[in-house]
Amino acid sequence: MTDHLPILLLLSPLFGALVCVLFGKGNSKNAWIVSMISLGISSILSVFLLLKVLSIKGGDIRYRMGGWDPSSGYEVGIELRVDILAALIVLAVTLVGFINTIYSKTRVPAEVGEKGPFFYALIQLLIVGLCGIIMTNDAFNLYVLIEITSLTSYALIAMGNRRAALSSFNYVIMGTIGASFYLLGVGYLYIKTGTLNIDDIHTYLENENLWTSQSIIVAFILIMLGVWTKMALFPLHGWLPNAYSYAPSMTGTFMAPLMTKVMVYVMIRVMLWLFGADFVYSEDSVWGELIVWMSVVAIVAGSFLALARNDIKKMLTYLIIAEVGYMVGGAWLNSLTGQAGAFYHILSDAAMTFCLFIAASIVIIRTGESRLNAFDGLFRKMPLTMIGFTIGGLSMIGLPPTCGFFSKWYLISGGIESGHWEFVVALLFSSLINAVIFFKIFERAYFGKIKGIKEEVSVADIDMIPAEGIKSVPASMLIPLFISALSVLILGIMNKNLFSWISNALKMING
Amino acid sequence: MKFFGLLSVIIVGFLLLSATKDFPNWGDEDSPANSGPVSSFYIEKTEEKTKVPNMVTAVLADYRGYDTMFETVVIFIAGIGIIAVLRTYGNNESIPKNQVGDEGAGLLARMTCSLILPFIQLFALYVVAHGHHSPGGGFQGGVMLGASYILLALAYGLARAKSCFSEKRTLVFAALGIFIYVGWGVLCLVMGSEFLNYSALDSILPGGVEMARSHSMLAVEIGVALTVTAIMFSMFSNLSTKGRLDKGL
Amino acid sequence: MDIIIASFLEDSIVPKFNYWIYVILMMIGLYAMITKNNLIKKLIGMAIFQTAIILLYVSVGVKADANIPIISHHGEKDHVEHAQNENLDSASEGSSHHGSKKEYHVIDKNKFANPLPHVLMLTAIVVGVSTLGLALAISQKVHGSFGTLEEDEILDQLRPGGHD
Repeated sequence: MTDHLPILLLLSPLFGALVCVLFGKGNSKNAWIVSMISLGISSILSVFLLLKVLSIKGGDIRYRMGGWDPSSGYEVGIELRVDILAALIVLAVTLVGFINTIYSKTRVPAEVGEKGPFFYALIQLLIVGLCGIIMTNDAFNLYVLIEITSLTSYALIAMGNRRAALSSFNYVIMGTIGASFYLLGVGYLYIKTGTLNIDDIHTYLENENLWTSQSIIVAFILIMLGVWTKMALFPLHGWLPNAYSYAPSMTGTFMAPLMTKVMVYVMIRVMLWLFGADFVYSEDSVWGELIVWMSVVAIVAGSFLALARNDIKKMLTYLIIAEVGYMVGGAWLNSLTGQAGAFYHILSDAAMTFCLFIAASIVIIRTGESRLNAFDGLFRKMPLTMIGFTIGGLSMIGLPPTCGFFSKWYLISGGIESGHWEFVVALLFSSLINAVIFFKIFERAYFGKIKGIKEEVSVADIDMIPAEGIKSVPASMLIPLFISALSVLILGIMNKNLFSWISNALKMING
Repeated sequence: MKFFGLLSVIIVGFLLLSATKDFPNWGDEDSPANSGPVSSFYIEKTEEKTKVPNMVTAVLADYRGYDTMFETVVIFIAGIGIIAVLRTYGNNESIPKNQVGDEGAGLLARMTCSLILPFIQLFALYVVAHGHHSPGGGFQGGVMLGASYILLALAYGLARAKSCFSEKRTLVFAALGIFIYVGWGVLCLVMGSEFLNYSALDSILPGGVEMARSHSMLAVEIGVALTVTAIMFSMFSNLSTKGRLDKGL
Repeated sequence: MDIIIASFLEDSIVPKFNYWIYVILMMIGLYAMITKNNLIKKLIGMAIFQTAIILLYVSVGVKADANIPIISHHGEKDHVEHAQNENLDSASEGSSHHGSKKEYHVIDKNKFANPLPHVLMLTAIVVGVSTLGLALAISQKVHGSFGTLEEDEILDQLRPGGHD
């Protein structure tokens, strides 16, 4: 039974989605129960998977679909590969999905109406796609799973109000360009190597010494462009702020922590496992410099644009763009600490963003105001929500013992180790800007007056205001906030263990 | 904007074409892709290991069956997504049956359609079933079967097609198709082997291990055909009525 | 000068003309996706782009003078029977080792086209159709909300509301 853990935790949400679809319209309560059960089973299985991978001590679990064994040295079918890195992120994905389902209990009838069962089916299929991306070892299978996650997210975002449909269309165009570039890159690799398995491609490139051939370099550029478009690296970020702000709130809280981070994981996989550290770091060292500078621009631009925003959710999405800059820069730093720091940042950023987005959604729905003046005097009215938001904000600034401090610490050490001082300066600068943003909010919330002045609401902002405010915040919305704030602290306290696991796994592939 | 678009398109085009100088020529038999071990395995060993002459179906449904499962999920997501985005539940259920919808096309089209439709469906089922020996398979047959229902809707009006294939029934068929595919893989799991390892079903299905693979491929293709049929018709009916499902084209 | 152009054509473009054609098609589709104003024209560009990628992959699997990747037993009954009789004799001597050659003649892989690109592109076609269907539904919803499908008109409707 434990041999089949990787595929079982993928099948559970798939079956859940099929059952939810059969419920028909209006049956949101039953669909919610089915969704909770299937995602709960999936989370428990992913905990077992993590324990099993830890017990192997530095190996990875290989699972071959269809049982075609590679006795002749090459893979004929599709295989899954789960190592400690994959197991950690699968755990994060399934847990965030489960907790988000708790949050969505009251929001689905309010925001999506009678199409609730379809919403739950789409979210579960999105989780299936994300888990599949993390565990697969086949380049073309990765493309199909990227498209599964993309299609479900297009539909989930478009279920919102009228601006949501327009932002979803822009996301469709940009996302298709990104995925097609990835497909072209895989195609070029196939033309040169003749196989699709990630390990086999690497072995073939090693044996034939194709590292300087023009087509392999072009394939690398194409795959990178595709993945960067999907993770919203500046300047390919145009679709992200509108898509995540106008989506229904329970969609935004699920997609904001996870989608871009899983794409960062894909980038690290392709860089280190498919192409290898020798090719990426020492080949054309002008690239490493160029991409670190690009990430510096992303961090600075994201922070500035977040500072300029008056709208809560838009501000948070620009902070996500800055965080993506941290991770891309950290991965390209050519130092083990930097890579491990970038990886640890995937986990910590997921927790932080989840916490902040849930808190922001609760505030917007409760006060009916989507701009920053919703926070006036909020501590007296909604103390619990404000505490959750504070923990998330402190983690974004980078104060101990939250996980944000430790991830910044590792990234800065990596930057110093490899001599990229511009990256260190950008990180410190972004912490400063985050401090300005969040302390302004804290000042309003803790020391400001309760909002009494009605400001003019502009036409474009009307779409951000929810249709009906709620009188009091139900427990199903506060529990996820607590759990996510708690996880921010736990990830910070446990950082030594996590970091040692991650760097052990990366040490092996870095050679 | 147009200049910027043209510039980026030219840059990307040059990037893509610069790689072609070390690509294999058109029709080259010794290229890594055509003479590599993986493709050679597929061509040489498929018939003896699976007894299916059509290599494309064998690779699709057996060697890379995991991929095909997700491909079916993709088309399922498209159908569900269109319903989730567009569907509006007005009060069109209260319109009496003989007043809803249109009359479809003219008399000639209706007569032709009623003569041809059974043959189209029969041919579609043949394509699904004969996918092992000739070009065909689940997707191809499923699209034809779905198109036959669309032809019914175009000729006789959407209300008539909906009476054969209502929304509830399309959802049931779509879920049933994927359920068959995934369920077949779980059956292999239950028999003790990996997911989608058809050789584990040797004890239940007649014939040897190779015939077990061949029969399983057929079962899996039937599941795919069911889903594709239902989703094709559902996509058509939602897109042509803008989610209201009242009047057809 | 003519010789240079001719040799460039002959060495680089003509033997690899499939890549050149499909990349040019891809760029036409990409240009439409980026620069056109009408939402439906963007979707048509998307369809052209994806179709060109599919054609590029399929052209990789072509072998000169090769048949489709389906093993056909028409007209080979004699060979199969002959091989069967031959191997049955050897099998009766106790060599069950060559079970794979008992009923099947050796397949020459250069007679058949490469099946793997066909399989990959079946998947890519389905993915392209699904994306197109979903994008059409989204553009119908946009049309329902804004009344127009031209992007600049939609942005004008949103603009007097301030920055965003």
